[in-house]
Amino acid sequence: MKPIRRIVSASVVWPRSNIDTDQIIPARFLSTTERNGLGRYAFHDWRYRDDGSVNPDFVFNQPQNVGRSILVAGRNFGCGSSREHAPWALVDFGLRAVISAEIADIFRNNALKNGLLPVVLPAAVVDELLAHPDWSLELDVATRQLRLPDGRCYEFPLDEFQQVCLLDGVDELGYLLARTEAIQHFEENRNAC
Amino acid sequence: MTDSMPAVAAQPPRTLFDKLWDAHLVVAETTAAPALLYVDLHLIHEVTSPQAFAELAERGLTLRCPERTKGTLDHSTPTLPNAADGSVPYPHAAARAQVDRLRENAARCGVELFDLDSPARGIVHVIGPELGLTQPGMTIVCGDSHTSTHGAFGALAFGIGTSEVGHVLATQCLLQRKAKTLAITVAGELASGVSAKDLILHIIGQIGVNGGTGYVIEFRGATIRALPMEGRMTVCNMAIEAGARAGMIAPDQVTFDYLAGCPRAPKGAAFEAALARWKLLPSDPGAKFDRELQIDAGQVRPAVTWGTHPGTAMVIDGLVPEPQDAAQQRGIDYMRFSAGAGVLGEPVDVVFVGSCTNGRISDLREVARLLAGRKLHPRVRMLVVPGSAAVKRQAQAEGIDQIVRNAGGEWREPGCSMCIAMNGDLVLPGQLALSTSNRNFEGRQGPGARTMLVSPATAAASALAGCVADPRAYPDTTPTAAALAAEPVVGQTGALA
Repeated sequence: MKPIRRIVSASVVWPRSNIDTDQIIPARFLSTTERNGLGRYAFHDWRYRDDGSVNPDFVFNQPQNVGRSILVAGRNFGCGSSREHAPWALVDFGLRAVISAEIADIFRNNALKNGLLPVVLPAAVVDELLAHPDWSLELDVATRQLRLPDGRCYEFPLDEFQQVCLLDGVDELGYLLARTEAIQHFEENRNAC
Repeated sequence: MTDSMPAVAAQPPRTLFDKLWDAHLVVAETTAAPALLYVDLHLIHEVTSPQAFAELAERGLTLRCPERTKGTLDHSTPTLPNAADGSVPYPHAAARAQVDRLRENAARCGVELFDLDSPARGIVHVIGPELGLTQPGMTIVCGDSHTSTHGAFGALAFGIGTSEVGHVLATQCLLQRKAKTLAITVAGELASGVSAKDLILHIIGQIGVNGGTGYVIEFRGATIRALPMEGRMTVCNMAIEAGARAGMIAPDQVTFDYLAGCPRAPKGAAFEAALARWKLLPSDPGAKFDRELQIDAGQVRPAVTWGTHPGTAMVIDGLVPEPQDAAQQRGIDYMRFSAGAGVLGEPVDVVFVGSCTNGRISDLREVARLLAGRKLHPRVRMLVVPGSAAVKRQAQAEGIDQIVRNAGGEWREPGCSMCIAMNGDLVLPGQLALSTSNRNFEGRQGPGARTMLVSPATAAASALAGCVADPRAYPDTTPTAAALAAEPVVGQTGALA
């Protein structure tokens, strides 16, 4: 994984709560054995109308939002399925961070493994961000802080381990493999379960 | 110094989750690093595994314990029978490619795969328990959020992403932070016509789709103890719909009796030894949970959802609530309902019975009880999809397939089918589907599909009535065998309108 230290962008705001994994990438696009190129399916049924034309009302289709890499969303973003296709699609679509008052557990785990920073902030802060999409937001992984243009800073929760993984591009599988001796010891000494 | 027995430090009372966590700790967690947790059973299917196998192959890694991984084919597979020439009617080439890829990966890596022609094949969360692969005290993971189902046996079971599927294949371990614990104690008796599905929908309606986020839920109490294993699986299956990491139920005699008949469960002396261990698993008296909730089962009624997530559950004769925010308004609009109005009598286009939530034999028996000797409303298309080949065989032995067909429903091959709508089984745009599955997200059962989550009984009653109908309006009569001989009664459903 490539290291992520700092993300600076204005935001795309979508105040909808409970944006589930079927909205992020509908299940019919999971018929693939690849993980690349899924960005074209991100939010597919919101980006496109039933006849396949672009839906100009959807936030991501509005011209001022092109190129923005931070999504500010309503509460409980990413609820639903365990499909890692969800963060794969969002990253391929150009997102680098999602800010919400709450982010679903499995989605959050999957996002962290794919260079998509999940940022949970108090609802009052998220509400303020939702009202100000044009603010240039700075997310700093090293200090675990969101910095607003007026200088205010808010700390967001980030596990120490996840922080190191993001900053140094640590690969979790490599980390696990480096602990093979402990795994072997466990297998040889465990009580049957 | 004396030779006496070393003093045993009094251990604080532990929850079921604590015991499973402790027993699988390879490396304990610190502030700097998560724990390494050992995985006993890893279930895989064709949709979330190919990229994990590819990652291992790219790195030149092999499986640490291929015998701990079991594969099945369920999400992309058609539920229509094979063609006359034996060919499988895949909906598209990509579905076939996923199936073929899992076959290749399983063969190359020495993983047992329950292939399409296997008598043990089925939905991953149906076959694990019915084979007895799922056992108390195990850690069980799968690249599928409804892995929480297996928690019904007193296992710690949860869904993982594809990167983690790769971690388990290569190391048999996961990096985990210990979750908090939430005890949901259910007391009181479920009323007649009210099922485990209604109970879990009621619970999610109470605590919300994020009410369990960060927690492992232990479902406890007399009502839970009184549920058979299949009902317990339905409850744990939907723990994820409350956002929980996992759902669990302590194993008891109901669990042990179920496992005693399962082909892959331990046998003889091994079973007795396992039993002794399993009996130690329930939470100790006085064990502390981070949060506790009480649910009164007496309050539970047949449940339906009015919106586009499972937290929008209400009693079937309730009124769609006034929206609290734009998302709820959108949900009501998407469903074409009105705030303040009821949903009973809403015309139904499709009824789907199946999925890892309600695709087991007891679910199909409940549906057959209502359908026996009756005809579906002509407006309704009904799919009944057994959760596994074993469920299908049992149902056919009991004549349930004939009851479904005689009523005018479609009897299908096992699979996830219309729950996730990846295999060609679709609800059409705008159609209202009553579904025994677990998710009513926008487009979940097909683009533009409108889904209401219900119990098998409500699904069957509504299929007969042609509209959302209360199953309690159908008297508890007609045993299956007698029904087979009975004359079909046309138009009897009018009484419900």
